[in-house]
Amino acid sequence: MKFVEEYRDPELGKKLLKRIHQRSRKHIKLMEFCGGHTMAIFKHGLRQLLPANIEMLSGPGCPVCVTAGADIDKAIALGRIPNVIITSFGDMVRVPGSFSSLQQAKAEGADVRIVYSTQDALAIARDDPTKAVVFIGIGFETTAPTVAASILQAEQESFKNYYVLSLHKTCPPIMKAILDLGEVKIDGIICPGHVSAIIGSRPYQFIADDYHIACAVSGFEPVDILLAVDRLAEQIESGQPRVEIAYRRGVKEEGNQPALRLMDSVFEVGEANWRGIGTVPGSGLNIKEKYAKFNAEKKFDIKTTPAREPKGCICGAVLRGVSTPNDCKLFRKTCTPEHPVGPCMVSSEGSCATYYQYGEGNGR
Amino acid sequence: MEDKILLAHGSGGKLMHDLIQSFLPDLANPILEKMEDSAVFNVSGKLAFTTDSYVVNPIFFPGGDIGRLAVCGTVNDLAMSGAKPLYLSLSFIIEEGLPIADLKKILTSIKKAAAEADVKIVTGDTKVVNKGSADKLFVNTAGVGSVPEGVNISASNAKVGDKVILSGNIGDHGVAVLSQREGLKFDTPVPSDCAPLHKLVADMLAAASNIHCMRDPTRGGLATTLNDFAEKSNVGIRIEEDKIPVAKAVLAACELLGLDPLYIANEGKLVAVVPAKYTDAVLFAMKKNKYGRNAVIIGEVTAEHSQRVVMKTTLGASRIVDMPVGELLPRIC
Repeated sequence: MKFVEEYRDPELGKKLLKRIHQRSRKHIKLMEFCGGHTMAIFKHGLRQLLPANIEMLSGPGCPVCVTAGADIDKAIALGRIPNVIITSFGDMVRVPGSFSSLQQAKAEGADVRIVYSTQDALAIARDDPTKAVVFIGIGFETTAPTVAASILQAEQESFKNYYVLSLHKTCPPIMKAILDLGEVKIDGIICPGHVSAIIGSRPYQFIADDYHIACAVSGFEPVDILLAVDRLAEQIESGQPRVEIAYRRGVKEEGNQPALRLMDSVFEVGEANWRGIGTVPGSGLNIKEKYAKFNAEKKFDIKTTPAREPKGCICGAVLRGVSTPNDCKLFRKTCTPEHPVGPCMVSSEGSCATYYQYGEGNGR
Repeated sequence: MEDKILLAHGSGGKLMHDLIQSFLPDLANPILEKMEDSAVFNVSGKLAFTTDSYVVNPIFFPGGDIGRLAVCGTVNDLAMSGAKPLYLSLSFIIEEGLPIADLKKILTSIKKAAAEADVKIVTGDTKVVNKGSADKLFVNTAGVGSVPEGVNISASNAKVGDKVILSGNIGDHGVAVLSQREGLKFDTPVPSDCAPLHKLVADMLAAASNIHCMRDPTRGGLATTLNDFAEKSNVGIRIEEDKIPVAKAVLAACELLGLDPLYIANEGKLVAVVPAKYTDAVLFAMKKNKYGRNAVIIGEVTAEHSQRVVMKTTLGASRIVDMPVGELLPRIC
């Protein structure tokens, strides 16, 4: 496949590693924001190959993991309303809320269906006008445009039974929140690849300007990630933090304008509830009043009891980069991919699932 | 004759009789034609006996269909014990409304696969269930085969120093089937690898009768098979990523869907654990067979990291290859 093999080329990878080893002198901490990056780093064993002075931290970039328990409770409550069909991306159905999961609700009789895209959800709504179809909108700027498009399509085709529970989140505000928390000292950030394909690289400029932290947008192949680490090491060693794109084939400075316009037309910025972090202003995407008739929160009277976090679970600290899964007492014991306690063990891109699946490398 | 299967086709009456009579020429052999309640035949020596049910969705896919799969799958399960497959049973559970033309097509495919696999279908059954009680067609086959003297293949036989041989590209079947799934359709030039492997196994055993372990990595893929060997034999297995052959199109589809070829099902591949000194002979024999042309050594059995499979990545790092958990789901972002 074009654009896979080239970016897995071992020779190129080894050259980059050599350059990183030569270049990097300071002890630095780099955070990969995106869960896809965490998974790729482990899958290709990159942590073991980087010099000992480069420490990699995983950030809050797994959309399933950061969905607050209270929001999952809402989705479950929606599923228990008669004649409602819940449509959702696969991983989401397994994430535990406060008392249950969508998967469990399904076993108890709720109509929960896994879809691959919003088009599938619209098709279900079209097929059965007597049922209300609710799509659980999760994900960052990557998935939000397609969900926006589905709402516009529902408007155009005069759907009366399609709704979205928007739990969408945006990246730059949560990066700012993590930096403002100041719990971990970060020298550089590997910025998400797919999100940046939509929003471009400019929204990260404040990180370099205001926080003096190096930024590099990366793709998901080993060579992409090594190139991003190399760029970060160079910026840090030279004391000149800036925003670089190390993923030119996917990302432009200005992003994907049509997709951004699509998002803007349907969503407005609001606050979002993040698992382990709490409410972060400006980090959520709410459905605009103009499209309120497609907003599941407006349409249905969703009743939930106060949310609670699973006892002993440290997913929140893992998501903030403060702890690693190895610090968790439940990890590999009561919390496994078969019986996940917290969300980071559910998604294949969650830190805990990645640590579990691919081992711990050389322990770093 | 009706063009769709009706509940009455399963009732035991005339319609069923006619339907079965229309099957027979496809599968004809003297034992089956007697149409007794059970097939009666002579066998001698050590026997292998296995059964499997096939529920693949969709029932037709690039490179095969549920019929070919039902024959090859059971033949391969027998072959993986070193057995020469002899006789199969064949049962259909048909959802009311299945086009008879589809059933006919599947029977033709079963006939072809059985001929290629040198097995006779000697007994069978047909049931028809209400619409919605099954998904088009479920097939069960059971099979018996004779195990040659001196052959003792088991997942618990791997020894430190043995080599791990894979018969060819992985992931073809799973990707071919996924490509046809509703809501996920995409074009792939790679057909399913669904094939009977008993001749390949016979060739391998002729080259070295003391093959230690052998499996066809179906559901769960290569990763699951290797983990099973490591666990049951209480050894470690170390494989090398750049030795494992994957078709470009399969790799591309996996990238697109967020799947790992190591966990994807195969229906015409085998993985064998062979004492090091017989590796060359086995590999040579495999490469001469059309189903083993791309056979390659992918790793070895180690004393370290017992019960774990570890892979050396193309960049030279190591990572654990664990058992898969739950259904493989495409990623969302």
